Amino acid sequence: MKKRNLFSSLLDWVWESRSDLYENMTIRDDDEEVNVITKAEHKEDIEKVKEKVFDAADRGSFRKWRFLYKILAVVFAVFFSAVLLITVGQLPKIGEINNPANNEVEKRYIEKGLEETGATNIVAGMILDYRAFDTLGESHVLFVAAIAVTILLRLDKSERDPEDTKITETITEAEEEDKIFEPHHDAILQKVAMLLVPIIILFGIYVILNGHLSPGGGFSGGAIIGAGLILYLNAFGFENTERFFNEKVYKTVIFSGLAFYALAKCYAFFCGANGLDSHISKGIPGHILSAGLILPLDIAVGCVVACTMYAFYAMFRKGGL
Amino acid sequence: MCVLLSFLVICAVAVSFSKKLLNSVLIFMSYSLIMSVIWMLLESPDLAITEAAVGAGITSVLFFVTLNRIHSMFKDASGKKKEVKEDEEKKSVQ
Amino acid sequence: MNTNLLNNYAEAVSMIIFAIGFTNLLLHKNLIKKIIGLNIMDTAVYLFLALKGYIKGHVAPIIIDGVVEPEAYINPIPSGLVLTGIVVSVSVTALMLSLTIRLYKRYHTLDLDEISLRLKKEGL
Repeated sequence: MKKRNLFSSLLDWVWESRSDLYENMTIRDDDEEVNVITKAEHKEDIEKVKEKVFDAADRGSFRKWRFLYKILAVVFAVFFSAVLLITVGQLPKIGEINNPANNEVEKRYIEKGLEETGATNIVAGMILDYRAFDTLGESHVLFVAAIAVTILLRLDKSERDPEDTKITETITEAEEEDKIFEPHHDAILQKVAMLLVPIIILFGIYVILNGHLSPGGGFSGGAIIGAGLILYLNAFGFENTERFFNEKVYKTVIFSGLAFYALAKCYAFFCGANGLDSHISKGIPGHILSAGLILPLDIAVGCVVACTMYAFYAMFRKGGL
Repeated sequence: MCVLLSFLVICAVAVSFSKKLLNSVLIFMSYSLIMSVIWMLLESPDLAITEAAVGAGITSVLFFVTLNRIHSMFKDASGKKKEVKEDEEKKSVQ
Repeated sequence: MNTNLLNNYAEAVSMIIFAIGFTNLLLHKNLIKKIIGLNIMDTAVYLFLALKGYIKGHVAPIIIDGVVEPEAYINPIPSGLVLTGIVVSVSVTALMLSLTIRLYKRYHTLDLDEISLRLKKEGL
């Protein structure tokens, strides 16, 4: 057996090309699923809906229940909003300095924020240094949402066998349906996209890198880069985009970004969300290479968010990445 | 600030009262944009950039793509389709 | 019992929008309008949270010229909470829209009453 070092086997595991861990495991075949419907049953379903759609709305007890539900819903909503408005009336005035919300935590974050984190942007320094544990949870929420969308919407087979009646849709069929409203080689869109996409991606990189100095940060920068990639996809089609952004790139970037963030801040499970000192120098406040560990964490979060936004869009359009 | 807040309420009411699905998604997009301007007035520029990029950018685009995928771009909220639009669809397929 | 209702008009508007979104969620039959209603409720809550950190006359929390007194900046803590919330809101919306696509492909209707009736017929 060829000797593989740790790094290449890790990459292979991420790309699923080969793994020593589960060589003999297979995924259960889809033919044994219970609830898969054939195409003929689909057509029967549609016919039944067309016959019986008046039946559902005209049924007597259903109509009575619907009326009662509407009355109850309106009464409940009015009561609920009245309670909320009365509570708002008893809250302290907006904008006063002596509100109970402005307590000693805020004073500590503003006074010691610059010397303890090194970031000029107090909010970014707060969510990536004092409260980095919350941002760890939030990145994982995004990751879980991307996985769930992949499970629900991914189409497996790209071509349909003639005898196979159980698959409901393949990737080529989804692409054909998707092209009804798509402009094909539209001149205006391509010229404008050629001009705008580099500017958008450059602006997104600027927002990520200046996250600790000016408003912005990892999330907004990642969303801007994701929007730039979506514009490129809309103008030039799927074949041109898959030249530089296919499934391998997506898996590598998301895995390395999340793993880096988790490794950097997982001690918070044991130390109770208190920030330990990472011995990277804080630098001069106001320069890009300052603020310790905040800049690498910002880049990791930005990459994860950009890939997730693009993956949402591609899954919705085509069912594949 | 009062004017922008009244725009918010008008947009939120118009979303529920519009008949076509496409119109309500467009009004939702403008609701998100007005929200982003209100964040700027409340002196939080981080929230303004994030809401503009995510709310008016990603969420509304996902709504449009969903409407395309379930063939309800020109339908009413109750599922009926206007007859004129089917000819346009057939022309653009050819 | 002090009523600050007219002074806190922004928070009152936020509660009104929350109620509008909630009514949207309860009373419409179409699935897409329910999802829009849920999103409107989300943004109303974020508006309420960000109003808690606003102090009149102070500026945004970016340190300028080395001024580190707390009398110059607004409260930065609610801003951090809302930033997390916006990202969670987009994740929830994406998940709900993909569930809508799957429901449509199975039942060919967007009407929630139809779907529940047919589920009852199938015996689930």
